[in-house]
Amino acid sequence: MRTAVAVLRKDLLVELRTFETVPAMALFALTTFVIFHFGLGRATLSGQLAAGVLTVSVLFSGMLGINRLFVTEREQGGFDAFLLAPVDRTSLLLAKAAALFTFLVVLELIAVPAFGLLLLGPSLGPALPGLALVLLLADLGIAVIGTLVSAIAVHTRARDLIGPVVGLPLLIPALIAMARGTAAPLAANGAASVPLKWLEVLALYDVVFALLAYAVFDFLLED
Amino acid sequence: MPPTPNYGKGLRGLSLATVVTLSVAFALVFFYAPLDADQGFVQKIFYLHVPLAIVALCGFVLGGVFAIGHLRTGERIWDMRSYVAIHMSLIFAVGALITGSIWAKASWGHWWVWNEPTLVSFLIVFLLFATYQPLRFSIDDPERQGRYASVFAIVAAAFVPLNFIAVRLAQGFVHPRVLTLGGGNLPGPMRLTFLISLAGIALLFATLWKYEMTAKHTRMQLRALRRRVLGEDTVRPLGRSAAPS
Repeated sequence: MRTAVAVLRKDLLVELRTFETVPAMALFALTTFVIFHFGLGRATLSGQLAAGVLTVSVLFSGMLGINRLFVTEREQGGFDAFLLAPVDRTSLLLAKAAALFTFLVVLELIAVPAFGLLLLGPSLGPALPGLALVLLLADLGIAVIGTLVSAIAVHTRARDLIGPVVGLPLLIPALIAMARGTAAPLAANGAASVPLKWLEVLALYDVVFALLAYAVFDFLLED
Repeated sequence: MPPTPNYGKGLRGLSLATVVTLSVAFALVFFYAPLDADQGFVQKIFYLHVPLAIVALCGFVLGGVFAIGHLRTGERIWDMRSYVAIHMSLIFAVGALITGSIWAKASWGHWWVWNEPTLVSFLIVFLLFATYQPLRFSIDDPERQGRYASVFAIVAAAFVPLNFIAVRLAQGFVHPRVLTLGGGNLPGPMRLTFLISLAGIALLFATLWKYEMTAKHTRMQLRALRRRVLGEDTVRPLGRSAAPS
């Protein structure tokens, strides 16, 4: 646990010093909103359409973070150093997933208000509690799967390709729940509460893949 | 080299059983099973489509189970089993998607329908497992390739049931379930035909799996023998490959 905190602290510190990943993710999300505005030919969105646009934007921006997650470890020898240290290897999974989760939350703190300002028809305020709940649960799933996929992809030749190609289908159940779950709070005729079944699907997804990632992560580090 | 089982053993019997079962199944499909009242003759593709889909799904999960064996024991033979199971399942899955598409066109009028959750789930599972080979192909070190592929196969196998739940829930209305796994509410003759078709396709999968295992295993042994007889230098190293060798 102490190792995980140390690695997480290192990652956040690096991000704070370089501002390499999160600002790029946020800019990417904003650009995606602009593209959706022109692509859909709509000035405002609501309901399922708004939920879909938000989901896709968050997901694709998240992909940027997922691709970058282990790059420094590989390029600067972080992996070797970590393997040399007498620490539990799972703590790297924990630290990286926590870092990715933090990145995603910060991204959403920027992207969701921007979405409310630029594209959303109904007002954002009443939608926020439901939206936050779904997004947090979805972030957990994206963080776990993202870390796993990133750890696989970073050792492949075409890592920028393999990450999204493997990650996207794996994330589909979470994305279905996220897109359907956020539709209710973003509805045109006033925010409704999130249907319970989508929260359950997200929670189930998070738990299953967290346990699975915990079980298999060791095998990605052996060398 | 650890002693490995002889995969050629029993291959002839298995092949014969497959041919017989499949012939019986097709004979039943065409001459015994009654015509469907609504859909007529085209409904008979069901006896091919559904077994293909079921066997492909089971094959994917089987690949994940073999992958657990690989990670636990560290023996490459498990990796090869897992690879061949997923490889075969991909081929079966393409067959299932094509026959499903034909069936959808004939009975619903469209080549693809989004409101059939089983079909959509199947497509997603197929898309996920289709990345198995590109992933393998982009890792050079054979040992790492096997390890990472096994991790992927386990995660992807666990993904199968979750995906089915999510897609099923995403349907706004409840689609009438005509076909359940055991052939639920099919009339007797149709059910018998379906079960024999399923057995035939499952046997086909087992036979093809065994053939590919035998071929790969024999090639491995041949290379080892040539190396021993002719010397290390004469046998060229294998090129970059997505398959374990």
